[in-house]
Amino acid sequence: MSEREAILSRIREALKVSAPHPGAHDHNEPPAGDLRNFSKWLPAVGASQAEQIALFRANSTELRTDFRLIDSMSHMVSEIASISGKENWQKIARHRGALIDDALSMLDLPSITTDDGYDVNALESSDAGITECDALIAQTGTVLVTSRSAGGRALSVLPPHHVVIARRDQLLPDLPSAFALLKKKYADSYPSMISLITGPSRTGDIERILVLGAHGPKKLTVLCY
Amino acid sequence: MIPFFKEFKQQATRLTHDLRHRGLIQTALKKYEISRDAKKSRFQSWETARQAAAETKWEAINHLDKYLVEFAQKLEARGTHVHWASTAEQARDIIVKIVRDKKARSIIKSKAMTAEEIHLNDALEHAGFEVVESDLGEYIVQLRHEAPYHIVFPAMHLTRGEISALFQRELGSAPTDNPEELTMIARRALRGKYIAADIGITGVNFAIAETGMISITENEGNARLTAALPKTMISLLGIEKVLPRLEDLALFLPMLATAGAGQALTGYNTMYGGPRQPGECDGPEEFHVVLLDNKRTHLLADAEQRDALHCIRCGACLNVCPIYKNVGGHTYGTTYQGPIGSVITPHLRGLQDWKHLSSASSLCGACTETCPVKINLHHHLLQNRRNAMAEKPVWWEKLAFKGFAFVVNRPRLYDLGKKLARIGQAFHPLIKGTAFDPARSWTQTRELPELAPQSFHELWKERK
Amino acid sequence: MKVTLFIPCFVDACYPKVGLSIVQILERLGHTIDFPEELACCGQPAFNSGYWDEARAVALPVLNRLRDSEAVVIASGSCGAMIKVFYKELFEKTEHTQAANELSSKCYEFSDFLVNKLGVTDLGARFPHKVTIHDGCHGLRELGTGKEPPRKLLASVRDLELIEMSEAETCCGFGGTFAAKFPMISTAMGEVKCASALETRADYIVSNDSSCLMHIQGLADRQGKPIRTIHLAEILAES
Repeated sequence: MSEREAILSRIREALKVSAPHPGAHDHNEPPAGDLRNFSKWLPAVGASQAEQIALFRANSTELRTDFRLIDSMSHMVSEIASISGKENWQKIARHRGALIDDALSMLDLPSITTDDGYDVNALESSDAGITECDALIAQTGTVLVTSRSAGGRALSVLPPHHVVIARRDQLLPDLPSAFALLKKKYADSYPSMISLITGPSRTGDIERILVLGAHGPKKLTVLCY
Repeated sequence: MIPFFKEFKQQATRLTHDLRHRGLIQTALKKYEISRDAKKSRFQSWETARQAAAETKWEAINHLDKYLVEFAQKLEARGTHVHWASTAEQARDIIVKIVRDKKARSIIKSKAMTAEEIHLNDALEHAGFEVVESDLGEYIVQLRHEAPYHIVFPAMHLTRGEISALFQRELGSAPTDNPEELTMIARRALRGKYIAADIGITGVNFAIAETGMISITENEGNARLTAALPKTMISLLGIEKVLPRLEDLALFLPMLATAGAGQALTGYNTMYGGPRQPGECDGPEEFHVVLLDNKRTHLLADAEQRDALHCIRCGACLNVCPIYKNVGGHTYGTTYQGPIGSVITPHLRGLQDWKHLSSASSLCGACTETCPVKINLHHHLLQNRRNAMAEKPVWWEKLAFKGFAFVVNRPRLYDLGKKLARIGQAFHPLIKGTAFDPARSWTQTRELPELAPQSFHELWKERK
Repeated sequence: MKVTLFIPCFVDACYPKVGLSIVQILERLGHTIDFPEELACCGQPAFNSGYWDEARAVALPVLNRLRDSEAVVIASGSCGAMIKVFYKELFEKTEHTQAANELSSKCYEFSDFLVNKLGVTDLGARFPHKVTIHDGCHGLRELGTGKEPPRKLLASVRDLELIEMSEAETCCGFGGTFAAKFPMISTAMGEVKCASALETRADYIVSNDSSCLMHIQGLADRQGKPIRTIHLAEILAES
């Protein structure tokens, strides 16, 4: 018998006896309503785009994300130029995509494009990794990326500054809607990596004091057009 | 006395007298309580969310065979190698073999309590491979040759001064008491390791059956790097990590973050469904997932305590446990600490050897109250005590309780007992606190209550 | 109503005033007291130590005597939890299952009885002191009494000033046999409780569980800390 069969047969044997119903030991009345409608129990999110933008801004800012609302593509281009100057970028890394191509059209810096493969050391020494995303989640101030939408697995996490180029219509209210989007968009063929990014990299491992940039990016900028 | 019990008592005695240590832990956990309460209150109904989570895990565990098969099939369909290990030894052998076959020169690892459980690092080092822990807290305790102090915060017990001294000694860095500088020292030291590593080993927080994905939760980004750069990726998980559907994560990820760390959501929650897929520009060429039993099926078979397998390893029960807060994580002497550790360790490592953890509890119930998946933790401690005594009673204890029952069921004997106690009280000061004092375990640190001049029974009779 | 009073052995021997206070309060409210003199222990020590057969030997006479009561009020939270919650587990799958379930629905911890069953919060008491509350774990969690009933009762006591301590809900460290088996941990937990109480500068720590108070007072006396403990019933009986 393979280990697989041995384990499965032990499981089946064990499950012949049924276990108490969940929460049976609770004092309170069992909750009413459709428990699987998670949106009802998770933190509330307003219905309008304006409320959701405001919520995304508040949540992401609380976590030290730099969130900027952008009016036009020319505004986007100038914003990126301004960040590049301020941060003194020498070299950046990015992937190909309609939105990002437009956004970086005027950025005249040495750059790596990851889509067809890249040299890891070159990526490591880039000052910024610029990506698109699949969604912005208002409920938690989260950016949803995949290895397909954001130039692979490392681009959004290795360089010290991650810049996200997003569109307003990518804004989603909450986590349940984000997972619904993933299913709808990729059901037949999921990317091998899906990541929910909530703020820059952080650690509290030293005396519970918050420090940014533990291993992943120290800075996360979201430019929302 | 059983060796583990003796160790536990010695450590507990030492650490409960260490006021500095107690203060450090309690300060850290007080901060956690404040953030946790703030995040909990943002939920529209935390209590309903708990019930939803409890029912989802119940569904997963009580159909574990079905969901494990689905999980494995979906993973294999996209090129992942799935391995099944009944024991810790088998899991170690599987992973060492992969590492050998790849002729790995350097291994980077992200946090995995399951790897602690099977002593994976020891096995790999024994086989001649260098393993570097990438999570900052784990990196620190690895350099100190220590076990993690807490399942979520491995270095909770250390001050910045101790960490600075450690880095000076092991890395040759300049002394500093600035946490940011200390973090940057570690970041720099590890950066090169990510790039050079041939193999990345990770743990798993959740295993999604529906889509064949593992989900990893972290704040630092070290697991993302471990899963992005090395050519071979190995992920180890206990079979109980299964969730039925992808959308279940919408509930579990925020609950894990809130209960475990007082965060709305952890920094990076990442799902991996296979090695690099066609059209992708990076990621491991080979992906191995190792499913570990190691007595989990034994716990599964105990239907009364089966819900202990619902555990999502958030650490909330540790954070609220007054015993944990006073003795700290190392005292438990085993991988899984606090209330959940006390419940499951007898199942994973032997009831008679580990029953003392179930006794070392005042049964206050704070753990059960806080558990996001409603595990009946403190009642399981009582059940462990019962099971242990049913299997191997302590003869004099059993006799004493029989004697007590005999006396207490006979009012005249009980009255006699009270009279004798009065005499005993008169003589007690002579032996109080000495080796002859039968009440020594109380009187070492506390005064005994005085017997009232008249008992309630006597006063009641007078009233009539 | 005819209220059956369960008085555990340590209340009987060391804190009879607690029992008397409960009797006085209930009689003043017009109820009669049924006191089963032959009962002294709920069986918790054996139960908590894992000796459930020996616990049943003590618990069965209690179950049989109390099952026909109209209402049972238990003078201590931990004994209350034993009878109301754990008798159901102890007698599960025996011929006494139904009796245990029925008894459970008739059991009340003292403050729960006054506030939730009788609907009474003002007993005309007066206690001109600063007081802080220790929420005994069994009342707070196991019995589902929660924080409210004792506080509602104390709010009506004239001239009483209630100051909350930060560690009100944290276990004091008694835990029954735990206090004797793991005295160092029990003591450390008691120290945390005492320190929190002292911070409030209250004159008294009040609780609905005498076993907790016994442990806290014993520790405070040994360490020379100026803490006085008092049971909720004793305050409510003061006029």
